[in-house]
Amino acid sequence: MIRLLMRDLILALRAGGGFGLGLGFFLILVTLVPFGVGPDSERLSAIAPGVLWVGALLACLLSLDRIFALDYEDGSLDLLATAPVPLEGLVAMKALAHWITTGLPLVVAAPMLGVLLHLDGAAYTWLIVTLLIGTPALSFIGAFGAAITVGLKRGGLLMSLLVLPLYIPTLIFGAEVVRRGAQGFDVMTPLLMQGGISAGAIALLPFAAAAAIRISLR
Amino acid sequence: MSILSVTNLSIARGGIPVLEGLNFAVGTGEVLVLRGPNGAGKTTLLRTLAGLQPPLSGTVTCADDAVAYAAHADGLKSTLTAAENLKFWAGVYGGGDIEPALKAFDLAALADRLAGNLSAGQKRRLGLARLLVTGRPVWILDEPTVSLDAASVALFAAAVANHIAQGGALIVATHIDLGFDAQVLDVAPFRADPQVMSGAFDEAFL
Amino acid sequence: MASLWEWANPRKFMTWTDKALPVISIFAAVLFLAGLIWGFFFTPDDYRQGATVKIFYIHVPSAMIAINAWLMMLIASLIWLIRRHHVSVLAAKAAAPVGMVMTLIALASGAIWGKPMWGTYWEWDPRLTSFLILFLFYVGYLALWEAIEDPDTAADLTSVLCLVGSVFAVLSRYAVNFWNQGLHQGASLSLDKAENVADVFWYPALVALAGFVLLFLALVLLRTRTEIRARRLHAIEMRERVQG
Repeated sequence: MIRLLMRDLILALRAGGGFGLGLGFFLILVTLVPFGVGPDSERLSAIAPGVLWVGALLACLLSLDRIFALDYEDGSLDLLATAPVPLEGLVAMKALAHWITTGLPLVVAAPMLGVLLHLDGAAYTWLIVTLLIGTPALSFIGAFGAAITVGLKRGGLLMSLLVLPLYIPTLIFGAEVVRRGAQGFDVMTPLLMQGGISAGAIALLPFAAAAAIRISLR
Repeated sequence: MSILSVTNLSIARGGIPVLEGLNFAVGTGEVLVLRGPNGAGKTTLLRTLAGLQPPLSGTVTCADDAVAYAAHADGLKSTLTAAENLKFWAGVYGGGDIEPALKAFDLAALADRLAGNLSAGQKRRLGLARLLVTGRPVWILDEPTVSLDAASVALFAAAVANHIAQGGALIVATHIDLGFDAQVLDVAPFRADPQVMSGAFDEAFL
Repeated sequence: MASLWEWANPRKFMTWTDKALPVISIFAAVLFLAGLIWGFFFTPDDYRQGATVKIFYIHVPSAMIAINAWLMMLIASLIWLIRRHHVSVLAAKAAAPVGMVMTLIALASGAIWGKPMWGTYWEWDPRLTSFLILFLFYVGYLALWEAIEDPDTAADLTSVLCLVGSVFAVLSRYAVNFWNQGLHQGASLSLDKAENVADVFWYPALVALAGFVLLFLALVLLRTRTEIRARRLHAIEMRERVQG
């Protein structure tokens, strides 16, 4: 198991852009927003939680289709499916690797980008907390989407179409916590809901994704 | 003593039965060579034996942890070195030293080269070396000698001979003669009758 | 004792739907038209909403069908995954576009109703938003069907997607509720009659609803028959290719 994780991390490092690409995309996205809505700091501060969350979500989406597609193309997925590793474990490790290479850098970078958007001071803690809780769900849901489209020729675009609606609850609760945190309201309910979604996604989606991979390999 | 046996097996590709009524067994120290024209269903049969695909009907009896499968694609990562690729698979299959495998396929000099920089034949050798680190008794190989030169084929034959001598077994689809005693199974006579379509998904619609 | 499942054998399904479909279609047409005509022309205007209330006879039934079509797809997908009845999954595939169009009708009629009532075509109200999300789920489901060549694989993968999608659809519903409390009125039609709108509105609404349900049933049966025929054609083509 741990070998699978290490392999994916090394591959992401060697291929270059594994860590940087999503992060760069996130930066550009957040930079573009003020150009679109104007430099008014009050307005930016109001939309900052949402923009940061949507940005993180899209940055996550960017690298999803590589989770299984590369292994599918070079035949590794066939070999891994016949190897003594449960496919569910493989999915979980791949999702974890995706989170480490994409989700975690976003968590680290988001507060800095929050400065650009005049994010309210009280919200920084909650931004980090929700991203930390929420981005694993994004990776696991994404791994499911990647698994279901793995054998398809033009899977990338279709995968976005399938995955984005599944991201809605995570996005809503994540951005809600940050927004409430910024205004000093109670954040416990949405935070717990988001935690529940993440826990559920991590626990259950590897099974659905593994089933999808088995079907695709058939 | 058979390690892998097949009773009354029918297999389908894309909802259409390709082979039916297959019965055979492979025991320790035995080699089974599958022959048949392109598209006869050899690859489908091998994938079924490896457990990647469910049979249409019939059974494949084989211990869970007996089979190592190698297909047309080698499953190599071009940004890892040859040794790293092999180490990864050795780890997945529970350890094992990669040195003998590198030596058996004459890859020791290439161990630190990135797999992406290897030639097609070298990649193939690396892909076959993976079989040695799996420690699995039954090798299921699909056209293993493609893009190998004569010397490499000899290396492969030697590796197989060694594997057989240690009580392993081999099921291989190949067109060349590897030069040892083998049962030969020509799959052509088992071709499924397209009129019957027994058990196939689409049969219900005809 | 014949099993219930035998009705799902493609050949048997074709036989009985061949007889049942015309009957269902006629009933659907009659009830659909009767409900709408009754509702549009023979009910009084609402004292508060005026004539605009009449769009209710399209809006509410289509919204109910939109949700229940997905529920039906979920059940059909489960039957396929568990019992592998071919017709089941084809019925799910057949229901998806119908459900999607019903969602669209519910959204469009809601928007038209919303303009005079709330002064806006679109409001990020939880119910409206949920329907928009439901629409996205339908689009994704159908897109996945279109993208996969092998019908067997497509059936399996779309069923898995339908299963996972259902969970997330419910989650989204709660999330959206939480996110915005909304200005949509509560459900005005339920079987518990005490909470309902007055009888004069209720009876034509029930007729219209029955019409929509039968319309849905007829469309799904018709589309399932088409899907079965398409599969039969596919099977024949494949066989001919094998025979060379």
